[in-house]
Amino acid sequence: MSEKTEKEAFAPVKLSVNRKEHTVSVDATTPLLWVIRESLGLTGTKFGCGMALCGACMVHVDGEAVRSCVTPVSDVLGKEITTIEGISTDGGHPVQKAWIEEEVPQCGYCHSGQIMSAAALLASNPTPTDADIDDAMGDNICRCGTYQRIRRAIHRASKLMAEGGKK
Amino acid sequence: MIEIRNVSRRDFLKTGAALGGGLMLGFSLPFLHSSGEAAGPAGSTSSLNAFVHIGTDGTVTIVANHSEMGQGVYTSLPMLVAEELQCNWKTVRVESAPVDPAYNHTQWGIQGTGGSTSITSEWDRLRKVGATAREMLVAAAAETWKVDKATCRAENGAVIHSSGKKLSYGELAEKAAKMPAPKDVPLKDPSTFQLIGKSIPRLDTPEKTTGQAQFGIDVTIPGMVTAVVARPPVFGGKVVSFKADKAKAVPGVKDVVQVPSGVAVIATGFWAAKKGRDALEVVWDDGPLAKLSTEGLREEYAKLAQTPGAVAEKRGDYQEALKKAAKVVTAEYDVPYLAHAPMEPLNCVVDLKPDRCEIWTGTQFQTADWDGATRVTGLKPEQVKIHTTLLGGGFGRRANPQSDFVVEATHVAKAVKKPVKVMWTREDDIKGGWYRPMWHDRITGGLDSAGNLIAWRHTIVGQSIMANTPFEGDMVKNGVDETSVEGARGMPYAIPNILVDLHSTKLAVPVQWWRSVGHSHTAFVVETFIDEMAHAAGKDPFELRRILLAKQPRHKAALELVAERAGWGKPPAEGRSRGIALHKSFSSFIAQVAEVSVNASGKVRVHRVVAAVDCGRVVNPNTIEAQMESGIVFGLTAALYGAITFKDGRVQQGNFNNYPMLTIDEMPQVEVHIVPSKEHPTGTGEPGVPPIAPAVANAIFAATGKRIRRLPISVDDLKKS
Repeated sequence: MSEKTEKEAFAPVKLSVNRKEHTVSVDATTPLLWVIRESLGLTGTKFGCGMALCGACMVHVDGEAVRSCVTPVSDVLGKEITTIEGISTDGGHPVQKAWIEEEVPQCGYCHSGQIMSAAALLASNPTPTDADIDDAMGDNICRCGTYQRIRRAIHRASKLMAEGGKK
Repeated sequence: MIEIRNVSRRDFLKTGAALGGGLMLGFSLPFLHSSGEAAGPAGSTSSLNAFVHIGTDGTVTIVANHSEMGQGVYTSLPMLVAEELQCNWKTVRVESAPVDPAYNHTQWGIQGTGGSTSITSEWDRLRKVGATAREMLVAAAAETWKVDKATCRAENGAVIHSSGKKLSYGELAEKAAKMPAPKDVPLKDPSTFQLIGKSIPRLDTPEKTTGQAQFGIDVTIPGMVTAVVARPPVFGGKVVSFKADKAKAVPGVKDVVQVPSGVAVIATGFWAAKKGRDALEVVWDDGPLAKLSTEGLREEYAKLAQTPGAVAEKRGDYQEALKKAAKVVTAEYDVPYLAHAPMEPLNCVVDLKPDRCEIWTGTQFQTADWDGATRVTGLKPEQVKIHTTLLGGGFGRRANPQSDFVVEATHVAKAVKKPVKVMWTREDDIKGGWYRPMWHDRITGGLDSAGNLIAWRHTIVGQSIMANTPFEGDMVKNGVDETSVEGARGMPYAIPNILVDLHSTKLAVPVQWWRSVGHSHTAFVVETFIDEMAHAAGKDPFELRRILLAKQPRHKAALELVAERAGWGKPPAEGRSRGIALHKSFSSFIAQVAEVSVNASGKVRVHRVVAAVDCGRVVNPNTIEAQMESGIVFGLTAALYGAITFKDGRVQQGNFNNYPMLTIDEMPQVEVHIVPSKEHPTGTGEPGVPPIAPAVANAIFAATGKRIRRLPISVDDLKKS
């Protein structure tokens, strides 16, 4: 099948990603992950399992942490999608800062998803307890085992946000 | 920029035999000058040698010849160079080396990353690289000023004359590149180190928090298509026939081609390729393993363990000693096949043209991949380039002796005649083989009437990972694969009568090194059995080890440190029990104490792990702590959950639902204590793994009185009836 006929095969889909409008021609059942990565070229969001089991693909849809590997594009039409590339312009989100200060990543592959989950947690609960962190982060797998640092970094980000709020 | 010199594609095979044998390639400083292409940094730069480029703006680019898979080498290797180079650390950036013999491992004679050897193998070379470059910069300054070199010193990215005149490295770079490389440069006294020994923040952290870090899976090249491959559901199986109509009917699917490893579905992107593969109809010949079952294999292994194997170690006469023993204990152990399951599923991008081939992938084994791609394409080695991206985890999987994922991707590229990215799904990855072998161990120990351990017989049954690899000649001696018995042969404990023997089984299940290799099973077996013997002798497991380690100062020091920091001998918190284990691997000495509780339903909770590590001189303490945390999670995941099993020849696991990983809510508090040392630095990437399973198993015994002799730990067995 040629590129042309394939494009014609699908109605254009409008998506708002990182506060920018995009029009893509894809099968509306395609998981959001592949549209973000392949159609839009935003590769910070990762593929890990394809079954909503690992959290590497976490993005925000209207501010909620959502696993893009099992979310069909048709589910997010008209909604605001934020990826790791969109949570700050300069890596300056408190969670990103805390991740650097606590030297969290090892291989780094899962951390876009970890950061997106942590940012969503802190947005709804600015001072999470360890139990809150367990609940919110329990489905984000890190094969390198950086969990201890993730926990520390979330507490640190919470403090950074509180300090930022005082200014 | 990097020219390929004096290499034949068979060099890998010839020199590969040096793994562990200590082939030390001569230290050379090829004078490579930037021609603005290939791996070199952009802009005007001067190459002082294969590992250091200095830009006219003073940027110091250090070329890392070991792959970054999380272990921190993109920071620690540059630290070795920068320490001697006397540059400003803030000007340092790192890039991955192309494949070239200049970047071969100093001990293996091929380019690769593994065996926890990056720092230990580069400790001398990269410091010499930095010192040589520094001396060339000093010489360039001295010549510019027409002064004696001895009146100049290098400091913080500049050469300073005794008169106070100063030239920055950027200003000196071009001239320095033309200076002769001095031989036998002086290295700094360790007491003057400014970087080595400090927790320098990792250079790759910022990009790993913004989504900018480039892994193999993130590579896109113009005109690229995506492929997924249908592979035989049984190892050793083959394609009989396939029908592609339904696959080709999936919008986006462009082609379906047969390759040696299976049938590749080619599409505009991953989702279409995967849907195409779902629709593909393949008739498979399952081959000789069609009936393979884990249960059957375990029974066979257990039978074999009762017959004599190839002798790996013999000390004294264990049979005579057993006759005199007052108490004899025998135990049998089983550990399963394990998948590496790196978070980034395997993938490989290949751009094959008639006269060249470029490959982008996260690999640990560049020379093997180079050899593999050269063989498949029929090109000359200098026509094949490999770009090593960041690795989303490796754990050994991305150092494949057959170069499986690169060879397959090259075959696909050859068939489709387009740039192609071959992607593996999680299921492909977990079902794809190259596992840590399944092992069965049988140990008999004998105590004399005073409770001294006088006899030890350990029989090991499992597949050899070195068989049929370039390393077989060096690593398999008299029927004994060193990696099958490492950690069981040459135990540090003073036991007068020992026999260790091995049955190497032959099976078409592909096996490979998995983080900590043979130690991943021998530490579990040896350290739980030592614990069992201590209890049989009525001795404290820590004290028994101490006595048996009287002549092993480094083992003993790590053991004593962990006991002290863990509060061994004092009661643990209410409801918790402790277990201790000690294991030397990759020349590092690691002791761990685990604090666990077991609830009524048999669920094990590991609350706290204290680790003591002696890995020689410390390069980056924070990285060492991180690797211990990481190794503990990796080993604990395997101990609690890890198992690849077979039924009717098929792998029964496929994703994180049935091959689960430890999660944050199960993370123990990990405390790492480093034994100060002036010894040569040794491994840290793997040695944190082996002691955790026995430490936890011994703690479970302390909690429940039940011995763990099979992994993963069975919740059912620990359930209170």
